[in-house]
Amino acid sequence: MWDYTEKVLELFHNPKNQGLIEKTLENDSVAVVFGEVGSIACGDALRLHLKIQIAQDSILDARFQTFGCTSAIASSSALTELIKGLTLDEALKVTNQDIAEYLGGLPEAKMHCSVMGQEALEAAIYKYRGIPLDSHEDDEGALICSCYGISNSRIRRIIIENELTTTEQVTNYVKAGGGCGSCLVNIDDILASVLTEKEKNIEVVTEIAHQKDTTKPLTNLQKITLIQQVLEQEIRPFLMADGGDVELYDVNGDQVLVSLKGACDSCSSRNATLKGAIETRLRAKVSPYLIVEAV
Amino acid sequence: MMHTCIYLDNNATTQPDPEVVVTMLPYLTDLYGNPSSMHTFGGQVGKAIQEARESVATLLGAEPTEIIFTSCGTEGNNTAIRAALAAQPERNHIITTQVEHPCVLNVCKQLEKQGYKVTYLSVNHQGQLDLMELEASLTGNTALVSTMYANNETGTIFPIENIGALAKSYGATFHVDAVQAVGKIPFSLKGSTIDLLTLSGHKLHAPKGVGSLYVKKGFRFRPFLLGGHQERGRRAGTENVASIVGLGKAAEIELQEMTKAIQREAKMRDRLEKTLLATIADCEVNGDVKNRLPNTTNIGFKYVEGEAILLSLDKYGICASSGSACTSGSLEPSHILQAMGLPYTILHGSIRFSLSRYTTEREIDKVLEVMPGIIQRLRDLSPFNSEDVTWLQTVNSNQPSVNSKQLPVTSE
Repeated sequence: MWDYTEKVLELFHNPKNQGLIEKTLENDSVAVVFGEVGSIACGDALRLHLKIQIAQDSILDARFQTFGCTSAIASSSALTELIKGLTLDEALKVTNQDIAEYLGGLPEAKMHCSVMGQEALEAAIYKYRGIPLDSHEDDEGALICSCYGISNSRIRRIIIENELTTTEQVTNYVKAGGGCGSCLVNIDDILASVLTEKEKNIEVVTEIAHQKDTTKPLTNLQKITLIQQVLEQEIRPFLMADGGDVELYDVNGDQVLVSLKGACDSCSSRNATLKGAIETRLRAKVSPYLIVEAV
Repeated sequence: MMHTCIYLDNNATTQPDPEVVVTMLPYLTDLYGNPSSMHTFGGQVGKAIQEARESVATLLGAEPTEIIFTSCGTEGNNTAIRAALAAQPERNHIITTQVEHPCVLNVCKQLEKQGYKVTYLSVNHQGQLDLMELEASLTGNTALVSTMYANNETGTIFPIENIGALAKSYGATFHVDAVQAVGKIPFSLKGSTIDLLTLSGHKLHAPKGVGSLYVKKGFRFRPFLLGGHQERGRRAGTENVASIVGLGKAAEIELQEMTKAIQREAKMRDRLEKTLLATIADCEVNGDVKNRLPNTTNIGFKYVEGEAILLSLDKYGICASSGSACTSGSLEPSHILQAMGLPYTILHGSIRFSLSRYTTEREIDKVLEVMPGIIQRLRDLSPFNSEDVTWLQTVNSNQPSVNSKQLPVTSE
């Protein structure tokens, strides 16, 4: 028997926001869209319906239809509760961990249920914004887990976002390696490479942080090196997983100029990426006064 | 005995018969002697074991000297397979089936690494073997044919004596994992083609931690556990006296109750099955309904997921089990239902109800009362229904495919 929290059981037995949203033709200030992930073969599937207030770019209503186990149903319901009222940019920042936290935690082997929620949300929003999900999702090519159709980039992303360290965790979170198991070796390699990158990054950051302590303000050179490192290690892997990329263009005092590439450049959540992902990260890691702008 | 739940998971384990427990107690208190001792105090314990051996032999229609006590079904199966290979060391081919318990499949996988050749026979949609495939697989090099008597998930019964006759015609040892069958259907091993047969106590209202291995008289048996002279040197280790005595008592009770129990359970099982099929749309029975244990039904409810059904049943105190991925402990649905080639709609929504002589009509009534609502609720939540199954089968083109990989196995 799975060890579910009270919240999981409550949302399973009495789910909130189940069902679909009918399209209302007469009202053109709202749009209705849905996103889908999973399949009956995988054993779970989620169709997430969003009603979007076009002018505000925000979620008026969210409903779900889920085929799956207890935690899949509870995760779907939790997701809809989390995103109602958010702008689409805010919603895109919701992670699978937010869903798991809302539920008071999920058994490790069930974390993939929360990932499914996050992916359906992304699918729905991209669909609304007209970004093709296929190229977006798996354009990094290398399919790692052929049983469940999981790409290299998706595995990297889930490892980074959830700070995973073992192949078992990767299987629990995205199912990769849970079928025939022939890709477990490859997952191990990905884990190792992410870990190496992370360690390298920590070294640089601590090194510069040490210098920061002793010599007060960062020299321009140190600042640029640090910004480069953070972009390289913490931001680019995410963007690349989504088919985008970023390059440091220039640093002018506290003004950081970057150029967004690939999918990011045309992405309607461009601003969210700039301010949310890049600026927040750089401010935390380098200097709280940085302002990030695109060129 | 108080029931706190409606227990319809008797293929997983059974409630120890209260009479069994009473019989066991003295051997956990006053009668603690070692059956191997020379003194009377220990000797009387040895006598109790002998009586238990006679009861188990009677239940199987065998001789007491053909019964070895073990710790469980897993030990029995491991021992039997190794013994069969040791009996004919010049042969290195094993035939088993894709739907065996992991304690057979995993031993075979290990043996493959050690150089043995293993044939895993397929099953059809009803979970039934093809005797032609068996015959085509047999060679003069086949040391062992090992099949289950009845399947734990579907209750499907294999044509044992036909399998045995074929095995014998090639001089192979015939081992039968009868863990799910003993106590549920009558046995008569005298004149049978079976050389080795495994049973487990806790599937027939005896406690956990005890089982038996039947070894046909004259079989060149080589022990698995080496040590003292217990079980006539065929299974070393001080006997689990209380549990062995309990198994003996359970066998004795089965012998008295079985005929009545079979009729009762089959009648209730049939009512449960027929009514569920009649009151719930889009569901079907998995297994060979013409050759099936009387206590088991396995039903696939389309468009819903098994774990969600189990948890919903749990709310009413109803215990059943499922072959869905979410209940298997891995990400894959039951290796048995997959081997049967069932569609994913059925695989993930399969529920097994297994009855015992303690099951009552009122309990069946309760299941029949709540099941339609449970399935309806989950179907209302599901994006799938009978008209709209195309979507999610096309979304993920990389569906797990049954034939392209080794199947993980689910245990009982």
